[in-house]
Amino acid sequence: MSCWETLADYGLRSLGIGERLLPRSDFTLCQQFVLIGSGMIWNVYFGVLALFSGFFLATGLALSKAAKNPFLRKPAEWFIFVFRGSPLFIQFFFAYFLFLSLKQVYPILTPLTSATLGALVVLFFNTAAYSAEIFYGALQSVPKGDIEAADAYGFSGWPRFRRIIWPTMLRLAWPAYTNEAIFLFHATTLVFFSGFPAAKQKGDALYYANYFADKTFNPFIPYPILAGYFILLTLLLIGLFGLINKRLNRHLPTAPKRGERRLVPGFLR
Amino acid sequence: MFQYCADPSSLDGLTWLSCYLTTAKHTAFYVSFGTVLLLLAVTAPAALAMGFLGASAARSRLLPLSVLGKGYIAIVRGVPDIAFFLFFVIALDQGIEYLRHIALCPDWDQPIRQGNDFLVCPAAKAPLGTSPQWVHEVYGFGLAVFTFALVFGAFAANVLFGAMRAVPRAQLETAEAYGMNTRQIFWRILVPQMWVYALPGLSNLWMVLIKATPLLFLLGVEDIVYWARELGGTKTPQFTDYPHGDWRMWYFLFLLVFYLAFTRASEIVLDRVMRRLTRGQATMGGEAQRKAAA
Repeated sequence: MSCWETLADYGLRSLGIGERLLPRSDFTLCQQFVLIGSGMIWNVYFGVLALFSGFFLATGLALSKAAKNPFLRKPAEWFIFVFRGSPLFIQFFFAYFLFLSLKQVYPILTPLTSATLGALVVLFFNTAAYSAEIFYGALQSVPKGDIEAADAYGFSGWPRFRRIIWPTMLRLAWPAYTNEAIFLFHATTLVFFSGFPAAKQKGDALYYANYFADKTFNPFIPYPILAGYFILLTLLLIGLFGLINKRLNRHLPTAPKRGERRLVPGFLR
Repeated sequence: MFQYCADPSSLDGLTWLSCYLTTAKHTAFYVSFGTVLLLLAVTAPAALAMGFLGASAARSRLLPLSVLGKGYIAIVRGVPDIAFFLFFVIALDQGIEYLRHIALCPDWDQPIRQGNDFLVCPAAKAPLGTSPQWVHEVYGFGLAVFTFALVFGAFAANVLFGAMRAVPRAQLETAEAYGMNTRQIFWRILVPQMWVYALPGLSNLWMVLIKATPLLFLLGVEDIVYWARELGGTKTPQFTDYPHGDWRMWYFLFLLVFYLAFTRASEIVLDRVMRRLTRGQATMGGEAQRKAAA
């Protein structure tokens, strides 16, 4: 079987499209690359959706945590503490069994017991809590002068937040937020190792890597492949977040590059 | 455990619960909390030592050593830690058995990898097939500790590498001016001063380490997650004196609360250590303390 056929058979296997049975013997390198890569679809799915939705909840939580009103502040503080203070692995387990119990009372909640939705909800809350703490820290370090200047120009309320405080908060939080994004993508590998079952062997990259390692009893091929995929993903993420960072900082004077500096004679500076 | 526990089916309410929570299996569950704490107690210094080695290697002047150190930090940080846990346990196991195989059975002529099997001579098995159960458990635990130390060592190395660079350059130059050699500067000036800069990162790492302990479950150690799943599952009267429904949710809720309490306690202790260490330091924290006292 050529590698193209393998790609056609297993390229979308993690979504349930293509060959139904996983390879059982005579594993080729191509099969391992294709299946583990196919599993990456789930990692990207969980990561992207949780990160995107978590961003908004995190902003809200950070603002609530910084609020003076205790009815806003206390719930936000507790939410952040609970999700940052306990292991994600335990959160997955607890959530899965909680959803199982809920399902018996409210059958409408059945989709939550599948990884597709249930694990996404947990990841969403988790990343929201971590990002909220980062945003809160950044919010506290927005320069006082920026806000005073905004007041002086007649900004207040929503426009002041939208145009002055929020962009500065993001700018300050961005390096730490990039780290959080990377860790979130790493955390997506936990999904199918906690309570959530991989229905019909539709799993993520680690699920397939583990499958191959178990079957061949040779960890030296599937795990490095997985590592390679994740390093690529991490580099991509760093690149993307770097672009956003550049945009957030575009109004700031950039340090002149070494080459340019030398062109200007000393007495002109 | 208690006298009245002889016939559980006749009990109800709190007495039933008191008997249920003191069964032999529950005792094993409580002991497994000790396993987790032991793992933390052993891993933290081991990871710190690995981190120290990694950071020293990364800032070495010898190129291969510095590439090795930086590569170690970058690779471990760039890959999900759970993948490392799954990988290293098999890899280490096979590595140890392979080395023992070469040393112990030189006249073994069959290949070690036969298709999908990994076969070494019986004398090279680690631990030996004949050794008692506790040896297997200790061996598994040792592999887990080593893996944890290796993974968290990379994170610690990153923190210490940053802390070493944060020590003011002037301090090192002054030491040079006094005629100290590289080794003396490293041990007498750099290392004592770097801890203040490293502590925030290290305490963060401690929190991450606490939260990684449930992954022990994946390494085949019978830890709290294992027991929570085991004990919480539905029990029918045929197999146990204490039948109950699916209580896994409550067991995991208990674990959640345990970890929250542990995190909170660590936060309080680390805050105190930080306050203690910043006292009299020429940093913003130290300045704030001075002002508050005045």
